[in-house]
Amino acid sequence: MKVVVCVKQTPSTTATLSVKGGVVSWEDPGGKPNVVNPWDEYAIEEAIRFKENRGAAEAVALCLGDPSSDEALKTCLAMGCGEAILVSDPALLGSDTLGTARTLAAAINKIGDVQVALFGKQAIDGDTGHTPVQVARVLGWTPLTYVAAIQSVDGGSITVDRMTDDGKETVTAKLPVVISFVKEINEPRYPSFMGIRKASKAVIPTWTAGDIGVSAPAAKADWSNVYPIPPREGEIEMIAGDTPEEQARNLVNKLFEEKVI
Amino acid sequence: MSGVWVYVENREGAISAISREALGAARQVADSLGQPLTALVFGQGVGPACAAAFDLGADAVIGADDATLAGGRVEAHGPLLAKLAQERQPAVILIGASTRGRDLAAWTGADLDTGVVAEAIEVKVDGGVVKATRPVYAGKLLCEAFVTGTPQIVTLRSRAFAQAAATGKTGAPEMVGAAVAEDAIPTKIIGFEGKGGKVSLTDAGKIVSGGRGVGGPEGFEPLRELADVLGAALGASRATVDAGWIPYEHQVGQTGKTVAPDLYIAAGISGAIQHQAGMRSSKVIVAINKDPDAPIFKLARYGIVGDLFKVIPALTAEFKKRLN
Repeated sequence: MKVVVCVKQTPSTTATLSVKGGVVSWEDPGGKPNVVNPWDEYAIEEAIRFKENRGAAEAVALCLGDPSSDEALKTCLAMGCGEAILVSDPALLGSDTLGTARTLAAAINKIGDVQVALFGKQAIDGDTGHTPVQVARVLGWTPLTYVAAIQSVDGGSITVDRMTDDGKETVTAKLPVVISFVKEINEPRYPSFMGIRKASKAVIPTWTAGDIGVSAPAAKADWSNVYPIPPREGEIEMIAGDTPEEQARNLVNKLFEEKVI
Repeated sequence: MSGVWVYVENREGAISAISREALGAARQVADSLGQPLTALVFGQGVGPACAAAFDLGADAVIGADDATLAGGRVEAHGPLLAKLAQERQPAVILIGASTRGRDLAAWTGADLDTGVVAEAIEVKVDGGVVKATRPVYAGKLLCEAFVTGTPQIVTLRSRAFAQAAATGKTGAPEMVGAAVAEDAIPTKIIGFEGKGGKVSLTDAGKIVSGGRGVGGPEGFEPLRELADVLGAALGASRATVDAGWIPYEHQVGQTGKTVAPDLYIAAGISGAIQHQAGMRSSKVIVAINKDPDAPIFKLARYGIVGDLFKVIPALTAEFKKRLN
């Protein structure tokens, strides 16, 4: 059995973004504008642990994106994934989450012998968290979202702890499953020196839409109108006072006046 | 293709806060479209929640009361919502963007082959289409998004919409059966630990949050005292979580929780862009920092330049006096 980890390349968390003519661009003060989606790092770590501790034959990293996304896949290889596959095709640009899910599901089927597909809980650019569930629906597998711990995997079933808004839920499910992880699951490892060297030389196979038998999807949502956040209205008011006590009194007065309290 | 549906999360007969907000937003969407509002109340022992849905403005209620629907498994709720939508063809389905709501929206969108707009913070109706404003890139940009398929599924971010007001309306719900039998559901819930009444950050009306300026784990103590007096939740910047001063569940920001309280008190937080992404929708922001040039002051409504270890205890004492 192989385990697949689906990753996305996103702007770094420190990136500043701008929009011109509806096109989003970004730069990063640290000079590394693109990263593996930070939530996906937990899924990559867990995929490698499936190989190390749970008898998975291989941890395969899968990414849908433009050709530059092979950088994200090289990070996966450097961390310890044994294979990486990029799905990239101009025809697939502009996919919505369901289109993305159909593409990833087709790629997972082509990889074959997969029982577990892993995701981060959401991507920090689109921020929907819908893709893992939709991949599960397209594959006919069971989705297990917001997973904070894997209790056991045996005899074709898996038991996990999910962190929901209501609390911690322990769930047992039959394989195959699609899992999305939250931060509590693990501490992602850093790529090793050897890993980085090996990854830098790796040639990552690219699959087109035709290779996996999907056609250009018609997006069922429109999100083309992206714009900067308008500045917050009103100036800041600095609270005066000769002592902290006086400042506290003045601030509390303001908050009562504004009926915040 | 007509009618606005709203999915109503409920636990022990009570409608959750996020679904009271969804009912409020859905009522306005239904009125703008000139269409009736139907609430979907699935669970076990849903009688009181069905009655509450009428009271909170629903014109009709479809209830489903079954043991398989307790606990909110998406493998039970998803097929039922998809089946009902296929049979009755609503124009719009609105769902609160809780962990459960996000899964349900994604499931239903896939099964109905339609789009889903996630985490709206504003909705309006424009020519029969629900146009949603939503943050993208972790709150660094905004987007106007809409669904081009049918039905239009939109999830609504927690605390972005006012809760529906009680109307006094009553009615009889239409009860339907579950769509899937227990044997056909591949997941079993074998344990559950609730939050024990603790205010979660995302639901909190007030948050007191600490950054690097607190200096260490014990530096959160004065913030905790202020939070207790205010009935606020305790937040933290990523730097303090990474340093191990406070557990991750308190983290506000791009890789933590996104919050929108009425009052956000940021103490010793410089206001890095990742932190701002998680809290900039707060209604009133108070910044307390030693550094007058800290970026947080650009976002704040009120600012105090000073030592948080002096200002916070003074605030706690002042609030105690005024609130008692």
